[in-house]
Amino acid sequence: MDSFGDLLFYLVIETGFLKAALVVNLLLVVVMILTLMERKISAWIQERHGPNRVGPWGILQPIADGVKFFTKEDIVPSHVDKFLYIIAPLVSLFPALVTFAVVPFGDQMTVNMFDHLVTIQFQVADINVGILYIVGIASLGVYGLIVGGFGSNNKYSMLGGLRSSAQMISYELPMGLAIISVVMLSGSLRLNDIVTDQSSLLAWNIFRQPLGFIIFFVAAFAETNRLPFDLPEAEQELVGGYHTEYSSMKFSAFMISEYSHIITASSLVATLYLGGWQIPGLAALNLPIVAEQLLQILAFIVKTSFIIFIFMWVRWTLPRFRYDQLMNLGWKSMVPLGLLNVVLTAAVVAFF
Amino acid sequence: MALESILFWLFAMLAVGGGVGVVVHPNPVKSALFLVVTFFALAGEYVLLMAHFVAIVHIAVYAGAIMVLFLFVIMLLNVQEESRLAGVWGFMRYFSVVLFVALFVQLGYFGYQGFFGAENVPLVRETEIGTVEQIGTALFSQYVLPFEIASILLLTAMIGALYLSKQKLGLGEPARAARVKEALHEKEEAH
Repeated sequence: MDSFGDLLFYLVIETGFLKAALVVNLLLVVVMILTLMERKISAWIQERHGPNRVGPWGILQPIADGVKFFTKEDIVPSHVDKFLYIIAPLVSLFPALVTFAVVPFGDQMTVNMFDHLVTIQFQVADINVGILYIVGIASLGVYGLIVGGFGSNNKYSMLGGLRSSAQMISYELPMGLAIISVVMLSGSLRLNDIVTDQSSLLAWNIFRQPLGFIIFFVAAFAETNRLPFDLPEAEQELVGGYHTEYSSMKFSAFMISEYSHIITASSLVATLYLGGWQIPGLAALNLPIVAEQLLQILAFIVKTSFIIFIFMWVRWTLPRFRYDQLMNLGWKSMVPLGLLNVVLTAAVVAFF
Repeated sequence: MALESILFWLFAMLAVGGGVGVVVHPNPVKSALFLVVTFFALAGEYVLLMAHFVAIVHIAVYAGAIMVLFLFVIMLLNVQEESRLAGVWGFMRYFSVVLFVALFVQLGYFGYQGFFGAENVPLVRETEIGTVEQIGTALFSQYVLPFEIASILLLTAMIGALYLSKQKLGLGEPARAARVKEALHEKEEAH
């Protein structure tokens, strides 16, 4: 460490600190955009105008919402378990923000920076258990809901927490089974290997694993607590579910974690089934390397955005499931179908 | 290295603190949450030991699935705060102290031996040892028999649980046999 450049190099590149900070902040900005996007899409589907007062076409609405959340009075009801009540939004926010760490949003490229040849990977952490990491950490997200529901000391919140715990456990199984099939094809748990495995259009896992794709997609809806599976916060039955007692920024934290879950789930669908950052036939064009990288990142963004759009489209189109229907679908249809998919994939991998 | 030491002590304190919390806290739900903290801290220690696979499976299975089920059951049964030590056997309280001391001495002795003893092997940090590929290869070659035995044990436990729950619902074999017997009996009586 003899110069400022070296120190900066160590801090920024070796520790990956800057990249992590950048990705988390980008994630939060995208969450802001998504809140507006959701309202605009719902308005479009219901033939309304949607928010259009703040800024041109209402694009400053998320900032106004943020200011409002910050300046509202932060109410802690007298009957709650104070510690659990305060910690619940944080518990729910943490896994929502860290799961994105292993999702690759671009290929790697080598550039010259402060007289060092630096290989930049467009991924915060390339760990060899990538997909397991996402499943493991995402399953911790349910604690935010359980702790919030229990700490609120309110029967509706409690029911919301109970529902979410049962729902998460039920739908983690088919999700895991769908992932196993993908992993069997690629032969690696590393998300980068899964992406490079789908190099041509026909090798995209959506074509090789159509059943797995449907199972994973449906399970992703349930895991993110989105309609038609948003039973933990069913307004008509549970007032607001686990976040009934929350106000101002604490409520906002729950919303932010919900939207970050959607981003991660969508990027995961794009990575596992739609070829990730790959564009089929891009290598044949012989573009300059930077342009190629940027195009690939753009492809990843487009794919993820499309999946997010489907998430919202479904929310404003389909009605909510009943609780027994939810459980029946999970255990009696999706788990057997997932097992069938695993067996079929294993047979194909073994014999062809 | 310094960073690793800091992380080790942080996770160690979290794990021990969580463990104490599990035992001491009177509220069952909070006890369960303390256990989650302990699991999480232990997973952190595994990562420091380069066992990424074990760490993440530990989180996914214990913290992510089993403890959620535990919490679900505790909340569903609505267990109230209680002094759980006042059980059937009062002497267990004193017995547990003896057990604790014995365990502590044992662990301390072996830890001391391993750290300062004559056969102190330098700690090998192999980055490859904890990867999925290594563990998978080991499980399906060297340890294939224990692996299969463990899977049969798990399967047996699962079938057993299913059987018992069906029996309680009146769908299992003994319950059906009892129903058939009863029906036959009624038929005979009608004759």
